[in-house]
Amino acid sequence: MKLRDVKEILDADVIVGEDKLDMEVNTAFGADLMSDVLSFAKSGSILLTGLTNDQVIRTADILDIAAIVLVRGKRANADTINLAKELKIPILSTKYILFETAGRLYAKGMVGCVEKVDNASARN
Amino acid sequence: MPVQETNHISYQRSFYIEGGNFNYAGIVSTSIKSILKQMDFPSNVVRKCSIVCYESEINVVSYARKGVVNLTINSNTIQIEVIDEGPGIPNIDLAMQEGYSTATQKIREMGFGAGMGLHNIESYSDAFIISSELGKGTRLLMTINIKQ
Ligand SMILES: Nc1ncnc2c1ncn2[C@@H]1O[C@H](COP(=O)(O)OP(=O)(O)OP(=O)(O)O)[C@@H](O)[C@H]1O
Ligand SMILES: [Mg+2]
Repeated sequence: MKLRDVKEILDADVIVGEDKLDMEVNTAFGADLMSDVLSFAKSGSILLTGLTNDQVIRTADILDIAAIVLVRGKRANADTINLAKELKIPILSTKYILFETAGRLYAKGMVGCVEKVDNASARN
Repeated sequence: MPVQETNHISYQRSFYIEGGNFNYAGIVSTSIKSILKQMDFPSNVVRKCSIVCYESEINVVSYARKGVVNLTINSNTIQIEVIDEGPGIPNIDLAMQEGYSTATQKIREMGFGAGMGLHNIESYSDAFIISSELGKGTRLLMTINIKQ
């Protein structure tokens, strides 16, 4: 699906990256702990998180995460938004809770970037 | 031309990390990532280097007073050395275990403290050396092979 579809499915606001809505995104990862994201998330995935500080943007940059979806109506502060603009990482914000966000995307065909940790191949 | 067998140093640069200041945490890793990307290294090599550097940088910011990252690019490998001045690690085997963490509330609020960092560093590195002296500091040396 496209990032535009993610925006529609989640009734989300686009905080950064209005020009990137045609990007193709097909896998996702959800976590609030950045080291978990660093262990398992794959490049090109979208990151669903309730954390809104600079570290989310830096972590997304390090992993080449396609876009960040802030859940539970969270908003990032101006400095964090500027960092995302600088590093060209789109941010969407949805009012759905993490569970609903993941479930709605899954129902429309998005899948996890790894299914289970014991067969994770994200490290290579 | 003679066959080159030595692991020639072709690039070397140092970066400084300020301990305790989360405002800039990750900035060194972002720069190193963009340097490696510009040099056209394969994306999985850039990814591995960026991750090990970032986890190490966050640890220096979280636990040490200050640190330095030495990036060395050789013909066969990329080496990332992270040396800090700080409390050191009393029990390295324990610190390496997944889930072990002494992170404070402040660090957890930043999204860290899962006790996964050192384990991630080891698993993304092709070679990893860690040493630490109590009351002095910690040194990590990560080597990533350019040909994966
Ligand atoms: N540079 C360092 N100086 C002093 N202590 C350190 C240093 N790096 C790690 N440690 C100690 O080792 C523990 C484990 O580190 P590790 O990076 O694996 O996990 P973490 O930082 O606690 O959490 P995470 O990295 O998952 O966010 C830390 O909680 C800390 O006690
Ligand atoms: Mg850590």
